[in-house]
Amino acid sequence: MEMPSSNNSIINDKDRLIGLFNRILSTDSVISDPYETKAYECDGLTAYKCSPLAVLLPRTTEEVSEILKICHEEKVPVIPRGAGTSLSGGALPTSDSVILGTSRLNNILDLDVENRMVRVQTGVTNLSVTEAVESEGFFYAPDPSSQLVCTIAGNIAMNSGGAHCLKYGVTTNNLLGVKIVLMDGSVMELGGEYLDSGGLDLLGVVCGSEGQLGIVTEAVLKIIPKPEGARPILLGFDSNVIAGNCVSDIIGEGILPVAIEFMDRLCIRACEDFVGAGYPDVEALLIVEVEGSAKEIDEQLDRIKVIASRHNPVAMKESKSDQESKLIWLGRKSAFGAMGRINDYMCLDGTIPVSRLPDVLEGISSLSENYGLAVANVFHAGDGNLHPLILFNANQEGELEKCESLGADILNLCVELGGCLSGEHGVGVEKRDLMTNQFSRQDLEIQMRVKDVFDPDWLLNPAKVFPLEISMERRLN
Amino acid sequence: MRPANESELSDLIAGRISPVISCGGGTRPIGLTSIGERLYLGNLNRITQYEPGALTLVAEAGTTLKTIFEILNEKGQMLPFEPIDYRGLLGCRGEPTIGGMVATNSSGPRRVKVGACRDYVIGLRFVDGEGNIIKSGGRVMKNVTGYDLTKLLTGSFGTLGIITEVALKVLPAPTHAAVLLIEGLPEKLALEVLNRSLNSPFEVSGAAHLCSGLDGYPVTMIRLEGFQSSVMYRAEELSKYLEDTVTITVETDPERTRGGWEYIRDVGPFQNRKGDVWKIITKPNEALSLVKGLRESIEIEVFYDWAGSLIWALVHKGTNLRDYLQSLNGHATLIRASDGNKSNLQVFHQQSIMELELKKRLKHKFDPRNILNQGMIL
Ligand SMILES: Cc1cc2nc3c(=O)[nH]c(=O)nc-3n(C[C@H](O)[C@H](O)[C@H](O)COP(=O)(O)OP(=O)(O)OC[C@H]3O[C@@H](n4cnc5c(N)ncnc54)[C@H](O)[C@@H]3O)c2cc1C
Repeated sequence: MEMPSSNNSIINDKDRLIGLFNRILSTDSVISDPYETKAYECDGLTAYKCSPLAVLLPRTTEEVSEILKICHEEKVPVIPRGAGTSLSGGALPTSDSVILGTSRLNNILDLDVENRMVRVQTGVTNLSVTEAVESEGFFYAPDPSSQLVCTIAGNIAMNSGGAHCLKYGVTTNNLLGVKIVLMDGSVMELGGEYLDSGGLDLLGVVCGSEGQLGIVTEAVLKIIPKPEGARPILLGFDSNVIAGNCVSDIIGEGILPVAIEFMDRLCIRACEDFVGAGYPDVEALLIVEVEGSAKEIDEQLDRIKVIASRHNPVAMKESKSDQESKLIWLGRKSAFGAMGRINDYMCLDGTIPVSRLPDVLEGISSLSENYGLAVANVFHAGDGNLHPLILFNANQEGELEKCESLGADILNLCVELGGCLSGEHGVGVEKRDLMTNQFSRQDLEIQMRVKDVFDPDWLLNPAKVFPLEISMERRLN
Repeated sequence: MRPANESELSDLIAGRISPVISCGGGTRPIGLTSIGERLYLGNLNRITQYEPGALTLVAEAGTTLKTIFEILNEKGQMLPFEPIDYRGLLGCRGEPTIGGMVATNSSGPRRVKVGACRDYVIGLRFVDGEGNIIKSGGRVMKNVTGYDLTKLLTGSFGTLGIITEVALKVLPAPTHAAVLLIEGLPEKLALEVLNRSLNSPFEVSGAAHLCSGLDGYPVTMIRLEGFQSSVMYRAEELSKYLEDTVTITVETDPERTRGGWEYIRDVGPFQNRKGDVWKIITKPNEALSLVKGLRESIEIEVFYDWAGSLIWALVHKGTNLRDYLQSLNGHATLIRASDGNKSNLQVFHQQSIMELELKKRLKHKFDPRNILNQGMIL
């Protein structure tokens, strides 16, 4: 992976630029000491690192606007950053850029339970939104595994999802409005405290635009009444392919669980060792969760058991208590961390139509054999969003490249099967160069024109999403 | 003009210098009819792919909704957002198409629970104003690969590109429905009851109030859907939950429940009535004061869907409703009026200058020669 070469005239002008920022921000909002900026050198994609020129941590939309006016005037690239948990390098800086962090934009502005919505500053964490409305019997649906730390800003930029998105949709389906600051410093509201804005859906295109169209400082989020109850069942199978078949059957039969998650043996063992979630030791495991009253849950689980039985399950275990359910989910949500304890890994994020699950799992295992690198699978099976984890040794020369090449092959396989490169982690720098496998030059050209409208100078997160050679002319102008 | 397929359409647009107006079934004449030659998409009518097990359907834009509903019905599935059928209200014939539905982002009563049309369009293909064939999104549920142009095109009324194919997420159709009916409630209480229902855990999938139902009395309607036992359970629980305030009857007859919600969905109360029809979207708890304010100034009839977030209003022809909605938190669209009134009053709500400017620039990027559905929304 390459990053564009840095603009030395900006780097040499650092002191003056810092002076400009100090004029509009309090001193604790400007970080320029190289020891401190180093903390921002990468996000969750740790294979790539580079310290930014400075880090700015504004407290208000007005401050964000002032910062962008300066950067616009001085032609300094801006890298928006939430909690830095992106797995695609979305928040990776260059040495001539400033990071604009949302960590101090962290107030919940309006809890409007009556109208089923909340307004927040976007630096709040995902989980804190649910925590704020829980006592009123509500929750915020998108639940990325990183929800304890990741921010609503990052969620909007990456259109993040989570285990429970099968029923409730991803960020874009739960976002009613934003306040956004464009690169020239102008502030606007898109959508708001109501359903569906009229006319062109700018909100829709801002969500998932990976911080390339504007800095989102506030968001209006839809909240949902908590179901009476929810309970998962564990279904174990002795092959990945059979588990894949079972998933398409459950969905095809008219049952819509809240979540259907998949894990293979490597992951199951790692999670068991890490949190002791009570998973059976099987080749492939499905966690299927349903919601409703106790009776409704029983009925749905019965239907699911009937379907599963047709696929010769080797284990079927219903959660019997809230405590057990919590553990089951803790295990799933810790899967990446658990794998990280035993090996270096690279996490992929391709999607495929659910009906192709068996094919893709077979394809991945034969690719993994060819490359001689193990691949563990843990993913949102219900909506076909895969997270193959490629295990490799980061200290061994050439392994990272080999791993990246296997990753590219797996993602291209997803595209071949009718899927796409990223379901929820975004393109960032990681999948940038694969974009031409999914899109034609014209498809990408028209996407880039959208950026031209919002950010004509290509200063916001410029080296992301689009292959460098395709975006070059725009970035250098 | 009737292109036989996408590539013919692409050639046609590339070679054109004067404007075109795209037509699916011609059943949603909402935006102001703009100048140009009509472009009929009826030949693009193939179902490209339908995979019930993956909950996805891909069809060419000119495919009729009638065809789509037929094949979905066979597998017990549905378009969850309940697209509105405008034929009764707008007095047009023809068959609505899937492309027209997406281009106008049409959703009905179930929108409160499941989301809008735009939430179910997972990918599409279109021809831009220079004749380029573009694809965006895909046919999978989750996708953050590049910008979500699919959202931008959905609801764009054909102004950014001519949609040629759409991929939709579909859902299992509920096997049963029950409607809680409450008679005679004053509006304030009705809206409170609807919102309390939506704020309960019982998964309400419809929440409407008619100030004057078929028998002339107010009626409040709350819908529950799903498997039979679950519907019955929730009907009972929700009735208990609301009982301190109101008396409830539960309707479960499939014909009647379906008919009732179609009446709401298709703006039944204002079909065959004289006057202009407006659609107002606002914050639920601001609906009542908004309507009160309007009643003080003009003669108006309303009914409520989406627990008050959606207000349908009937007024005398030529009334500029927006004059009385200065502090509206939301927007108002003039759905039915003469072309003259549409042109005077404007169909779509005025946006901030900045937003309008941004949208104009987007339009210019997609359609530099301004030949696609000129003047429709911008
Ligand atoms: C252990 C682990 C588990 C994860 N699990 C999931 C999961 O289940 N589902 C999922 O979807 N993701 C998951 N992720 C990925 C990641 O957490 C999400 O992408 C998350 O939304 C990123 O949020 P963040 O606050 O960390 O943003 P960052 O990583 O800081 O930034 C993400 C992107 O947002 C942009 N951005 C940040 N702030 C703004 C702003 N104010 N305006 C505009 N753009 C902005 C950045 O430029 C960048 O492109 C996981 C990550 C980890 C490390």
